[in-house]
Amino acid sequence: MVAGANQPESASDQWPLWEVFTQAKDGAPHEHAGSVHAPDAELALQNARDVYGRRGEVVSLWVVPSAAIVASSPSERGPFFDPADDKPYRHPQFYRTPRGVRVE
Amino acid sequence: MGSIQGGALFEYLLRLGDDRLVLGHRLSEWCGHGPVLEEDIALANVALDLIGQATHFLKLAGQVEGKGRDEDALAYLRDAIDYRNVKLVELPNGDFGRTIVRQFLFDAWSVLLLDGLERAAHSELAGIAAKAHKEARYHIRHSGDWVLRLGDGTEESHRRAQTALDELWPYTGELLAADEVDRVLAGTVAPDPAALEPAWRHVVSDVVRRATLTLPADGYMHSGGRQGRHTEHLGHLLDEMQILARSHPGAKW
Repeated sequence: MVAGANQPESASDQWPLWEVFTQAKDGAPHEHAGSVHAPDAELALQNARDVYGRRGEVVSLWVVPSAAIVASSPSERGPFFDPADDKPYRHPQFYRTPRGVRVE
Repeated sequence: MGSIQGGALFEYLLRLGDDRLVLGHRLSEWCGHGPVLEEDIALANVALDLIGQATHFLKLAGQVEGKGRDEDALAYLRDAIDYRNVKLVELPNGDFGRTIVRQFLFDAWSVLLLDGLERAAHSELAGIAAKAHKEARYHIRHSGDWVLRLGDGTEESHRRAQTALDELWPYTGELLAADEVDRVLAGTVAPDPAALEPAWRHVVSDVVRRATLTLPADGYMHSGGRQGRHTEHLGHLLDEMQILARSHPGAKW
């Protein structure tokens, strides 16, 4: 081993990547916070806790293998999303907001 | 509180504080050197928890002593001979496996001890212990999980973990040994160290077995840390830890 005796030759090549989702309070959605490397699910959870939850701003964590995420392709962005643009009737902007309803 | 018990309590609080201060400092040496970024952060987190616990225990020790020493005076202005930590925590980190095995052996004991202190008669001590107990339960989850993975991992990780366990085992006797201080406080302020032994052995042997490691046979056990007779390593650690405070007394930033 060339690097220090304690170090894998390239850790990022050896440990899979996990996407981390954090929940700030009960009932709030889990939101994507970032990612961590970890050899397995339990340690991914612990790493996520240490990296994204150590200041006490998190009540729940999800970790998902990054490989399990199916993403839309950036190169197909046009065909994939544009058709929605010319169908204004799909947008709710023609409704008047009733009085007393709070718009956030 | 009688002066005999007061003296014993001061001594006992130094032990609680010094174990965690020295181990916390050792772990902090991994900062920037962890095997991967995530583990670097994890070890630094544990180090910070331990140093935080030490701060509380030493602060209370200073109050019990009543000579105007605060936690900083106790941490920075005592020499190695006045430190009361077990030798296990002052040993050099070695490789990651050794650091983890030491941490696990300590955590398994610390969780039980803090659990006992949490229900102790001394309300301030019990309060500090309650907070520290919660942290220690996370620490052992981390170190215990790593012992499993290293022991039951590759041939090399298994070999390193077993070597660490064999080398560190003779330093575990000090965790559970009782002396006069323990006898004065046992049952009222602090749990009897001997009473923690069966549970500690159960936790350790269970993880060791599942990690496919072999528990070393009990043989010669090191002692003396509680009385200030330390290995040569503590002096070097304290030199580094104390130099700023000693070079610039009362410095603030």
